[in-house]
Amino acid sequence: MSTATVETKGLLAHLTGFVAALRGAGIPVGVGECVDTASVFAAVDVINREDLREGLATVCVKRPAYRLAFDTMFDLWWPLATGDGEALGEAGGGDPGQDGEDGDGEFGDGEPDIDAWRKALADALMDGDSETLKRLARRAVSKLGKGAAGGGRESYYSYRVMRALNPDTLVAQLLDGLLNKAESERGGMQEQVARQTIKDRLAEFRQYVDAEVRRRVAEDRGKEQVAKTTVRPMADQVDFLRAQSDDLAELRRTVHPLARRLASRLAARRRLGRSGRLDFRRTVRASLATGGIPINTHHKPRKQHKPELVVLCDVSGSVAGFSHFTLMLTAALREQFSKVRAFAFVDTTDEVTSFFSPGEDLPRAVQRIGNEANLVWFDGHSDYGHAFEIFEEKWPEAIGPKTSLLILGDARSNYRDPSLQTLKKMVSRARHAYWLNPEAQRMWGSGDSVATRYADVIEMKECRTAQQLADFVHDMLPGA
Amino acid sequence: MSVEQSASAPIGAQHRPQFGGVDDVLIRLGQAGYLADRATATTVFLADRLGKPLLVEGPAGVGKTELAKAIAEATRSDIVRLQCYEGLDEARALYEWNYKKQLLRIQQGSNAATASGETWDDASDDIFSDEFLLERPLLTAIRREDPTVLLIDEIDKSDVEVEGLLLEILSDFQVTIPEMGTVHAKRRPFVLLTSNATRELSEALKRRALYLHLDYPGPERERDIIVSRVPDIAPALADQIVRTARALRAMELKKSPSIAETIDWAQTLLALGLNTLDEAAVKETLGVVLKHASDAAKAAGELRLN
Repeated sequence: MSTATVETKGLLAHLTGFVAALRGAGIPVGVGECVDTASVFAAVDVINREDLREGLATVCVKRPAYRLAFDTMFDLWWPLATGDGEALGEAGGGDPGQDGEDGDGEFGDGEPDIDAWRKALADALMDGDSETLKRLARRAVSKLGKGAAGGGRESYYSYRVMRALNPDTLVAQLLDGLLNKAESERGGMQEQVARQTIKDRLAEFRQYVDAEVRRRVAEDRGKEQVAKTTVRPMADQVDFLRAQSDDLAELRRTVHPLARRLASRLAARRRLGRSGRLDFRRTVRASLATGGIPINTHHKPRKQHKPELVVLCDVSGSVAGFSHFTLMLTAALREQFSKVRAFAFVDTTDEVTSFFSPGEDLPRAVQRIGNEANLVWFDGHSDYGHAFEIFEEKWPEAIGPKTSLLILGDARSNYRDPSLQTLKKMVSRARHAYWLNPEAQRMWGSGDSVATRYADVIEMKECRTAQQLADFVHDMLPGA
Repeated sequence: MSVEQSASAPIGAQHRPQFGGVDDVLIRLGQAGYLADRATATTVFLADRLGKPLLVEGPAGVGKTELAKAIAEATRSDIVRLQCYEGLDEARALYEWNYKKQLLRIQQGSNAATASGETWDDASDDIFSDEFLLERPLLTAIRREDPTVLLIDEIDKSDVEVEGLLLEILSDFQVTIPEMGTVHAKRRPFVLLTSNATRELSEALKRRALYLHLDYPGPERERDIIVSRVPDIAPALADQIVRTARALRAMELKKSPSIAETIDWAQTLLALGLNTLDEAAVKETLGVVLKHASDAAKAAGELRLN
């Protein structure tokens, strides 16, 4: 408490700077929460950095997706230590003793002995001791991570550490070690479990190295600069079309609850106002128990309109990230509702509903769609017009007055006939029709995109990120 | 202390923090049989100290409801639980008038009224009094004078309207009953909301609460939990169980094994007299941790059980 009062002004300024940085990184922190951060300061033991981190997180981070950005900012604003991190790390970091000694002597100050490093890393990974891993990461960055940054300056890089230590090549050795402990033969379940354990620990080590690099770079260039450049966009703001494979995994995790939410939203609509017209007979009968006064009224159950959903999804290469994700969404909807029909197309259309039978494993379903469904007619380039025509020809009954039609694609039709009339017919038969386009709206209509022409016929929404999809679910679907 | 109190505390509601510090939380939750990590303990401590509701979100089976029970035990509080579900309304969550009793009162009164000259106003004042009020969990928690933990379980299962209903209670610890006026909390309950994140909760609700994302524990802690719940188990076996469970959780199954299920698993293995978790043992007992046929098939494939 005394430290807080002595330096209140500086601390408060620091705190508001931190909050501003959080907002800059896309984490919404309200004024009330900003006030609460000050309360956190007064309540927790500021000397204990991890308590402070969790305390601020509990006030500022209201969604798991924000946590990574928060941690990054926290490390920048409350660095564990400065310089090589040994002295301060011991005094202020809350892990007294056991630091240092064994390190520098063994690894030396001159040319780093890579084999010794790798051995130390292998031991730490084998034990799975987080503290040792953290210490090792800290030292590895300072000794191995330095490199030229242009303009005669030096900077720190994760990849240099990873290249020098090359922990992936340790896996075989670690596997032997872990399996010997488990006294079991290789190739079976034990190995799979051991692999997962090693993967977890390697990821942990990598995470420590990244954090340490951020800290060192922030020290050199100022935290504001680093804050601007190092924070990756949050998973729900990653562009579908540019998503990398690890983004996709992250995206899958954010999208899964979203798909469920979308489904539950449709279901909630269905249930709203579940009591229908007054059931006069039952009400009168029930009133006999209360002397003829109808205290409890009874209602006839309302006729339920089961939502029927038809999803038409472009799965061509140009929208790979997006289609992967939309197929997931379709699968989730398919599990929730009996009346969902899914169609995929490239330049011709095929029904893929059966691939999403409940209990089907999704990655396998996507693979099977690629192999077994009849999606390519001419040359495997998107042809929206032809796809629509085939759809109308083969499944005219799919769209009825109760159907919501959802088309997913970028509307890039390779200069072929867009067949607007067919789409118009489809839309006019459906109860609702929406088109989600993974391209930025300013790109619509450029080149071979017929998005603007389609947009005249059907309500088209830009849907580049999971966040935008969530907004769509929120705004549009209540009518479904 | 006074500064942060005035910033967030409502008028009238007595708030008495019950934990001395983060370590105190850790120790007392531990005594109540809940092995919390430091992040959880810090959050619980702050919720207690700042007198704010705590929203705990995370996958099913990581111990959200258990946490509330442990807090209740650690602070010697009684727990008042509101289980949310679709269609939960004010009458079930907050309070309800006991119509039948009111009706009786009016009928009985109308005979006496002609004799004694009781007016309509007297009667209507009377039937909207405490005697005819049916307390539901939220009102009960507000009116209790003993230490109370109010657990609002699975808030994401309820309709959006319920969140609106909660806002007054969560920020000011008071309930307005039109016929009676506003009921203030005499003693602020420790409020814990849980959610499986099946839908996004409103910003207003999140703003009023502290937030904790509770995830599966790290391997050491999960092993400790198993050992504390199943004391007869060999630590090496517990270690195997935890690592296998983690491998299962990494597989993107429909229903990942929860902590409760790993504990069940430990108990099952113990009951079967197995002391190592090899292929045969897993094959035999996979049903304890995986609840979908497709999950079991996938796990068997990836773990190479066949």
